[in-house]
Amino acid sequence: MSDPSAPVATGMRRWIVGYLFVAPAVLLMGAGLIYPVVQGLLLSMQDWAVGTPMSTAEFIGADNYLRMLRDENVQESMWVTFKFGFFTITIEMTLGVALALLLEKPIRGASIFRTIFIMPLMISPVVVGLVWRYLFDARAGWINHYLELAGFEPLIWLGEPHLAFFAIVFTDIWQWTPFVFIIVIAGLQALPSEVLEASRIDGANTWQQIFLVKLPMIRSILIIALLLRLIDVFKGLEVMLILTEGGPGLATELLSLHVYKTAFDAQQLGYAAAISVLLLLIVFALSLAILLVSNPMKSRADV
Amino acid sequence: MRIESTKARLIFHYAGLIALSIICLTPIYIMISTSFKNEVVIFDGNPVWFFFFPTLQNYADIIGDAHFDRYLVNSVIVGVSATLITLTTGGMAAYALARMQFPGRQSIANGALLVRMIPPAVLAIPAFAVSIVLGIANQLSGLVFFYSALNLPFAIWLLYGFVKQVPIELEEAAIIDGATPWQVFTRVLFPVMKAGYAVTGIFVFRIAWNEFILALLLTDRTTRTLPVATSLFLTDSGPEWGRIMAMGTLIVIPPLVFTFFSARQIIAGMTAGAVKG
Repeated sequence: MSDPSAPVATGMRRWIVGYLFVAPAVLLMGAGLIYPVVQGLLLSMQDWAVGTPMSTAEFIGADNYLRMLRDENVQESMWVTFKFGFFTITIEMTLGVALALLLEKPIRGASIFRTIFIMPLMISPVVVGLVWRYLFDARAGWINHYLELAGFEPLIWLGEPHLAFFAIVFTDIWQWTPFVFIIVIAGLQALPSEVLEASRIDGANTWQQIFLVKLPMIRSILIIALLLRLIDVFKGLEVMLILTEGGPGLATELLSLHVYKTAFDAQQLGYAAAISVLLLLIVFALSLAILLVSNPMKSRADV
Repeated sequence: MRIESTKARLIFHYAGLIALSIICLTPIYIMISTSFKNEVVIFDGNPVWFFFFPTLQNYADIIGDAHFDRYLVNSVIVGVSATLITLTTGGMAAYALARMQFPGRQSIANGALLVRMIPPAVLAIPAFAVSIVLGIANQLSGLVFFYSALNLPFAIWLLYGFVKQVPIELEEAAIIDGATPWQVFTRVLFPVMKAGYAVTGIFVFRIAWNEFILALLLTDRTTRTLPVATSLFLTDSGPEWGRIMAMGTLIVIPPLVFTFFSARQIIAGMTAGAVKG
């Protein structure tokens, strides 16, 4: 009621105009996002062979879900996802925040550097996967060449489980640390200078300022950056699909890549749909957490 | 003394930023430079950074391939159509959500934020079945449809912020003059929101242009987009790195050009949710 931007006129006619304006977008999202997800839910309770009409699929209830709970490959890929998330997010957050604290002062030419820092984020995941596959390549790859130059044995990076896992973690850190850096630096530069000034007058040293003033004040930004990265750990599969194809074995098969390969390599669509429901639940839980920390459309409307 | 230390700090600051820039750019530079190398240089095993005899052979190879032009056209059609549809429908929704009162408004806003998070892998499984039901399997319109839907939540969210920045007096004056809501949307809001539409359009186009998983599943040999065509170079007998890097270079040109011209707005869009929330 106190919203100054609320239109003056009211009544049914106004409502209908509102509905007409949101209708195309709502219909598109309904047909292109929600309808497929509902179909996926139905599919997860069916045994559907690829190449036959979906209507001939057999209803098997919760069998796919029961199978999923016992499936060692699902557990393995959950474990890979967990490890991947742990290493990438810990390193990206630590590096991103540390660099932002070091380089937060506004400086001439900052916009050029920022343009450069977002480039890894802007290019196609397929290209990211291909470039790093080339660099990690056992024969033509540059990384092996410099290893040899430094006196080490060349390694079959993408053919050995631990090394392949290292390769996907390394690639992710290259691509996403700048994202954390840019978000955190924006938060730091938005801090009111009076508070920092006051803490300095009170005798806080640099470390106290960082840990007792700055980081607590950008807490919600840090949480959101962390949750966004966590969601991407569960969403992303394109880079891995190109870089390692999940292999060797299941060493780099993140959960979403496992869903993809179960559906389109093993051609078990119903079973893959069941695993994808698990994936969806995880991502939704994380997204709800973001909405709780900050709902951009709500908070801005209420200001 | 004090001047000395601020100067040292400044040098350290720039050194840090330059080091980070080199880390970000090196893989991209290696891709672009490799695209101009011949096979002998590539497979020699000695990385060559700068001094090699550049050749356009890789580009000639991929462009000489009868289908490259078709894949490029496919990518452009899909990217542009999905962007236009997303901006039109998303702009209308953003206007209604920001300026009109109707029951369910907050639910739609929340719902849009939630469906934004649907992982592509979750969508990929039913997408093919759904596209058969809708009669758009293996057609460019199928990709346009799914990309528009996928991009809408984020587009609405960005455009919503831009509508909120427009002073409401403009619209009120137009309404008093007898303008319909549609006229307010097209004649009053659109002209002052052009920058907002441009930024949103860049985000949306980039995602459609780069997308790989759905494009791989929902296209055939005539409707393939560039990322799919590039990935197919991998499965041949041994990767043809020169051609792959040439394709990769062509794919990254539009996103990198956009980045150059509107990095500031892109960063603002990226950080808006986190920082303002």
